[in-house]
Amino acid sequence: MSRLVTDTMIVAERNLVRLTRAPDLLLAFTVQPVMFVLLFVYVFGGAIVVPDFYEDYTAFLLPGIIVQNIAFGGFVTALGLNEDLHKGLIDRFRSLPMARAAVLAGRTLADVATNTLSVLVLLVTGLIIGFSFNASIVEILVGLGLLLLFGYAFSWVFALLGLIVSSPEAANSLGFIAVFPLTFISSAFVPVESMPAALQWFAQINPFTIVVDAMRALWVGAPAGNSIWEAFVWSIALIAVFAPLAVAKYRRAAGN
Amino acid sequence: MTTKATDRAGVDPGERDGLAGSEAAIKVSGLTKSFGQVRALDGIDLEVAPGTVLGLLGPNGAGKTTAVRVMTTLLKPDAGEVRVAGLDVVHDAAKLRERIGLAGQYAAIDENLTGQENLVMVGRLYGMTRAAATTRATELLVRFELTDATKRPAKTYSGGMRRRLDLGAALVAKPPVLFLDEPTTGLDPRSRLSVWTTIEELVAEGRTVLLSTQYLDEADRLADTIVVIDKGRVIARGTPDELKDRVGGERLEVRLTDAAQAPVAAKTLAPISDEPPVVKLDAVKLTVRRRSGIIVEAVRRLDEAGVGVDDIALRRPTLDDVFLALTGHAAEEPDGEQEEAA
Repeated sequence: MSRLVTDTMIVAERNLVRLTRAPDLLLAFTVQPVMFVLLFVYVFGGAIVVPDFYEDYTAFLLPGIIVQNIAFGGFVTALGLNEDLHKGLIDRFRSLPMARAAVLAGRTLADVATNTLSVLVLLVTGLIIGFSFNASIVEILVGLGLLLLFGYAFSWVFALLGLIVSSPEAANSLGFIAVFPLTFISSAFVPVESMPAALQWFAQINPFTIVVDAMRALWVGAPAGNSIWEAFVWSIALIAVFAPLAVAKYRRAAGN
Repeated sequence: MTTKATDRAGVDPGERDGLAGSEAAIKVSGLTKSFGQVRALDGIDLEVAPGTVLGLLGPNGAGKTTAVRVMTTLLKPDAGEVRVAGLDVVHDAAKLRERIGLAGQYAAIDENLTGQENLVMVGRLYGMTRAAATTRATELLVRFELTDATKRPAKTYSGGMRRRLDLGAALVAKPPVLFLDEPTTGLDPRSRLSVWTTIEELVAEGRTVLLSTQYLDEADRLADTIVVIDKGRVIARGTPDELKDRVGGERLEVRLTDAAQAPVAAKTLAPISDEPPVVKLDAVKLTVRRRSGIIVEAVRRLDEAGVGVDDIALRRPTLDDVFLALTGHAAEEPDGEQEEAA
């Protein structure tokens, strides 16, 4: 077990160090989400009617766009694992006497670090353009915890994707096709009530809606309903399903 | 046992990392592995004595990579027994991984890390402390002449430097058994030569090496014994010399100024060829056993017969010749690629 922890930390360190050598990827974690926040607030914001509870669109949008952003944080895992697979690094790792789960555990752990950075950048941006918390310190921290947990869950989804697809390009397009609609057909950007009936039905059971609602409850004091505990259950369930699938796929990876 | 590498390179073994005892370093019997309908390995048997080099020779898709992957615990065999360094690849996989080094077809290094960082990471994953891994990495970087590039990301390295770093990574834990899967594929001649020299030094240290290659000259230079596989089966085995005898000596190729004279040329040259000369358009190919004076004699005979010669060359048998001689089909077959592509 201690071997798993040590090896996981070594792999996580590797993924963070290499990130500093690929500045384009760092931009994806920092500048890109800021750009989206600004575009949504200032381009769409004026046209979207938010429920009376919210002061303005920024208050409504920020928890939503942070959730969307953190779900995509795991993308670098899909791309990185796929690259490792093609460059023979996964073979090297599998030929080493290291803990079997460490390559994936380290990879996804590195995502938690970059996700934290990403969330902080978005929060600061939000605060600058007028977002304000309506919450206790504990609620703010629980919200941060939920975000990182949900992001971690999606890292495992992307880990599986990266091990399945044939190329980083395929990971890119498949990932976008699968995750983009999920984030949009949710309460993240517009109130669910404004959607057509069929989409409303989907949006209401969509885990993104649940997590976004939980974040709004935790950070701006919106009515929570069951969303907070449901959001944690969803995150843990996603990890429980996708982590074993990804590890199983990794064990057979490139072995076919 | 003296090895080919010690004979040729004359390297004084500084650090000996060999296996103790007389048990075979690698022993494979009845190994089979299928991917769906494709039988990639169809009953492979082979044995490598400690401190020697086995060349696993075969065309693309012959099953070389699959065999190496089974021996390095990356793939589970369907049937058969595979023991490396006295350990079973299935039951003792974890232990076995501490005793082998693998350098694959592609330089398996992280291009965004420096040479130093790559080696330290591998060392730590072998269970070394950071300090021990750093010391070992520095040793290897010096040894593989990568000290100038220590602090540069590996993506700035040349192909030859990447392969050397990859070999370094395979050696971090001083493994007694090394698997090199086509270590020079895609390298320029100069880098190839430097990788060969490195491999010879590794063997001189007492390591056992299994080298897969599609190049006969590579196997010829490095291997003590060669196993030729095709379509998942062993079709020949022996020392390089024994194998070349089976292939049938050297090839003499004569290109004529006039293709119409080819039948005359073939008839004229038949007495100095081991096998009937092969005519293809304006070229006549002979199989010859001796090198000295053979070109002069061929030119004299053709001159006497009034046949015009455009070009004449003596060359070593290639893998194509081996395969032609051993199997009756050429080495490169487009439909033989399923396995490596899988």
